[in-house]
Amino acid sequence: MPMLTPVTDEDGAPFWEYAARGELRVQACAAPDCGELRFPPRPCCPHCHSFDSEWRLMSGRGRIWSYVLPHPPLLPDYAAQPGYNAVLVELADAPRIRLAGNVVTAPDAPLNSLDPGRLRIGAAVRVAFTEVDGVTVPRWLLERG
Amino acid sequence: MLKDATAIVGIGQTAFAKHLPESEKALACRAILAALDDAGIDPSEVDGFASYTMEETDEVEVAKAIGAGDVTFFSKVGYGGGGSCATVGHLAAAVATGQASVGVAWRSRKRGSGPRPWKNTAAQLPTPGQWTRPFGLLRPADEIGMLARRYMHEYGATRDHLFNVALACRNRANQNPAAIMYERPLTREMYMTSRWISEPLCLFDNCLETDGALACVIVSAERARDCRQKPVYVHSAAQGLPAQHHGMVNYWNDDPLSGPAWTAARHLWKQADFGPQDVDVAQIYDAFTPLVPLSLEGYGFCGRGEGAAFTEGGALEIGGRLPLNTGGGGLSEAYVHGFNLINEGVKQLRGSSTAQVPDAATCLVTAGEGVPTSAILLRA
Repeated sequence: MPMLTPVTDEDGAPFWEYAARGELRVQACAAPDCGELRFPPRPCCPHCHSFDSEWRLMSGRGRIWSYVLPHPPLLPDYAAQPGYNAVLVELADAPRIRLAGNVVTAPDAPLNSLDPGRLRIGAAVRVAFTEVDGVTVPRWLLERG
Repeated sequence: MLKDATAIVGIGQTAFAKHLPESEKALACRAILAALDDAGIDPSEVDGFASYTMEETDEVEVAKAIGAGDVTFFSKVGYGGGGSCATVGHLAAAVATGQASVGVAWRSRKRGSGPRPWKNTAAQLPTPGQWTRPFGLLRPADEIGMLARRYMHEYGATRDHLFNVALACRNRANQNPAAIMYERPLTREMYMTSRWISEPLCLFDNCLETDGALACVIVSAERARDCRQKPVYVHSAAQGLPAQHHGMVNYWNDDPLSGPAWTAARHLWKQADFGPQDVDVAQIYDAFTPLVPLSLEGYGFCGRGEGAAFTEGGALEIGGRLPLNTGGGGLSEAYVHGFNLINEGVKQLRGSSTAQVPDAATCLVTAGEGVPTSAILLRA
């Protein structure tokens, strides 16, 4: 059984298209006097109800908001990487938006490449991208690598 | 008004086990017929049904099998374990407004011997899976573990606090012959040395996986007086889907540590004649131990960040500030998506629990915190 790749929908597809170009972008309202960021993506703005949206480039920097170390029972390809972490990263540009991901030692390194003892809530991270089964997904690297 | 207009007059359940040979449908029918027998109401009088989602048993099949009459109200609530108490709330509303006269709510589930929902890689749970599952945030334990670690970080909660929850449930299960963990005491050493499931959550922070079914019967307060059992009144009922909520992975709003419980609680208490300080016994949804401190805060038993400390000094045990999950809960009696908490609440107010709180007259029952949820207040 392969690693899971994102099962996208119409609202979410642009996130993954931009990721394939190495860009971390978040949906934002495109109404001139609103501009609120929103995540997960959705058809209209919960603040001003405009259906106009754009995908705003993020700096790619953030901090670990929380993390877990999943242990078996797991899907086989995840169980094969014991000690892997799953983290939530609050984006420096939008702290209320917390992206799930994995902290690794290099963009293409295995999910369990980082010693879990180095994870801390509040640790600064920056985004990187890697390809999994033909789909580009974000990964996170410790700023003090 | 919903307040005390209806009552639960019958409860029924099957055995609980890791594996039961019968189908979910057969188990559902057994639990429902047992509940109707408990109430002294013939199945042909049933005209309302309410259930909730994930591996659901179809009400058409159930109605046909038990020999229900013409059914004029049926509802199905979403979001798995968040829907348990909503079934009672929906039937109470239906009966109070004349849409039905005898309502049956039920849950039948084979999570002991059946597949784990998160193992299905094709049909994803109704969560924004594309944002979490590729990163190995696969299971509810991982999703709640994330909140648990943040909660521990922000408020100084420790694994000992989570142990207090697991222990209280286990102690009550040790008094309940129907509980899966009836003859299996839990010690602090067992807890602290058990394997991780999703660190910071260990094996004993996770609920059981159980085959079993339960049901209850709801009628008007007027009719309840003629039933076989002492009525247990539905005093207040509420559902909760907070603004900008995102389901179990509620990571994208201002404050992921205050979830649907807060929303349901505001509405629940607004309708009630009493408050949290008047609750004699509580049945709090416990798929994972951290849901209990979060729910204690959400339902107003303590302030924000105080839920872990609330569990200290035996507060959740019989004789404590808030005896909790007195049948053993999902952690130690059976995990039937929280329906056993409803029936246990009824038993407490009838005075027939295996871990009876003396003179219990009020009980809070909650559904899953984290997902869109529901809760009921019962009174004797």
